[in-house]
Amino acid sequence: MAVSPSPYQTEASEYVLSDEVVAKIKQLAAQFPQRNSAMLPALHLIQDQFGWIPPATIPQLAQLLHTTPNRIYGVVTFYTMFNLKPVGKYHIQVCRNVSCSLLGAKHIIEHLSRKLKIKPGETTKDKKFTLSLVECLGACGMAPVMMINDQYYENLDAKKVDAILKSLK
Amino acid sequence: MIEQKKILTRHVGVKGMEKVENYERDGGYIGLKKALEKTPQEFVEEVKKSFLRGRGGAGFPTGFKWSFLPKEKDRPFYLICNADEGEPGTFKDRVIMEHDPLLLIEGMTIAGYATRSDLGFIYIRGEFKWIAEILERAIQNARNANYLGKNILGKGFDFDILVMRGAGAYICGEETALIESLEGKRGQPRVRPPFPANVGLYGCPTIVNNVETFACLPFIARQGAGTFKLMGTFQASGTKLYGISGHVNKPGVYEFPMGTNLKDMIQYAGGGVRNGKRLKAIIPGGVSAPILKADEIDIAMDFDSCIKANTMLGSGGIIVMDEDTSIPEVAEAAINFFVHESCGQCVPCREGLQKIQQMLSDLMNGKGKKEHIDQILTLSKTIGGATLCPLGDAGSMAIYTMITKFRDEFEALVTNE
Repeated sequence: MAVSPSPYQTEASEYVLSDEVVAKIKQLAAQFPQRNSAMLPALHLIQDQFGWIPPATIPQLAQLLHTTPNRIYGVVTFYTMFNLKPVGKYHIQVCRNVSCSLLGAKHIIEHLSRKLKIKPGETTKDKKFTLSLVECLGACGMAPVMMINDQYYENLDAKKVDAILKSLK
Repeated sequence: MIEQKKILTRHVGVKGMEKVENYERDGGYIGLKKALEKTPQEFVEEVKKSFLRGRGGAGFPTGFKWSFLPKEKDRPFYLICNADEGEPGTFKDRVIMEHDPLLLIEGMTIAGYATRSDLGFIYIRGEFKWIAEILERAIQNARNANYLGKNILGKGFDFDILVMRGAGAYICGEETALIESLEGKRGQPRVRPPFPANVGLYGCPTIVNNVETFACLPFIARQGAGTFKLMGTFQASGTKLYGISGHVNKPGVYEFPMGTNLKDMIQYAGGGVRNGKRLKAIIPGGVSAPILKADEIDIAMDFDSCIKANTMLGSGGIIVMDEDTSIPEVAEAAINFFVHESCGQCVPCREGLQKIQQMLSDLMNGKGKKEHIDQILTLSKTIGGATLCPLGDAGSMAIYTMITKFRDEFEALVTNE
């Protein structure tokens, strides 16, 4: 029987948690009544370091949290915010749910698609932009809304989107 | 004319409210000081008397929820603030956290005292990173002023708060899924009983309340249950944050006494339907609340009146739709949301919602048959009550009402008959 290679061992050398991230995860693990509560905050830190969760970092985190890589993998795949594939320098996430779609989210998505020449779910060739669609960012009163990396952009129209894209170097 | 009553939103737009000295200047922390003069049990009774009901959507009386905690304390008790708001139409808790973080923190500290909790957590949706940072700073300021930490105000009460960001899973707003997530797991709801008040976080007694619920406590502690009850209705006191979005002139978060008329709210606060269009429908309490037709909106916005009108107050997230809105399109956005957010644990929700999504999408693409419409209705009824948590119910109920109330729009999509 063929054994499939472990998903965690790819390009291991490239993806080593920084000393700073390791120290922060250790501090978080000690801060909570139970070590495993540091899981989500730790994954956020890893994503901050690499822009995504490289599979090779999962065994490293497992060691710090005294758990198994598979359990972490299960967590990573459950939560939408964790990217198991690299994203562009700017990850654009556009809300497409009710309040935003009532106020033209569709046009914003089409506009972005046209401008960046990618479909939702894709990354530009120069790896600068990734376009994703998300379900409700909790900013319905300021619809339509998108998020680029950690920042919200609200009350969007095509002109505003153009200005925002232009400002991203 | 209706008037806003600003208890929870009085500091909106005021700068520097994360600093203790600014917060204190306006009566901040008087509530905590007064609460600490009572025994925890006395304060629980006060909250029961106030008839404060949970603002997360279910409307369960807060004081009664607290009294399900064990009498004996043989394990640590935990207190959790549910700040995972993410139901389409809902954007109210962020207003409190962004503009008046210490109001939430004072409320949690009061609740921590009343529930004899050892530690509090704020579980905030992952995307609100900047708000989590505001909260962290405000918590540190409260610690520096001895409003958090050891021996708070010399009363021998120890309490602290940790902030944790979620990671984009709506289901973590369900309290047992939230607890799983705080334990570092996939956010899948637990089987109940046991209830969190007995077996919650780390297997210990745990109370989970919404941001807005906690934010009501400083007022109740400072002014008393009687004054709180003067606002709102007999069955639901206090004020409520209503988030108005969609086709209105002035979308935003507004604070009104519980039971304020929906029609008036749209007219006066929301500024009416934009572009002079006519109203078609309103979703009154987040996308899971059954839709109301334009002639059904003359209702009081409180828990019981909404139930009487066959909908629900939910989170108070009001979505307004004008005459040009396609209800099937709204239904499609709604079902996409619930399919995406289903945790996948219960078959009726996981498979049933996907099947509804497929049939709706077929209808939208001109491939649907008339019988599919009835199949969606049957399936919706089948999902209801067959799952561990209310997500399946919410999704199916929302679609069910959209179809029964606007059936002609769905039938118009059938082309091949």
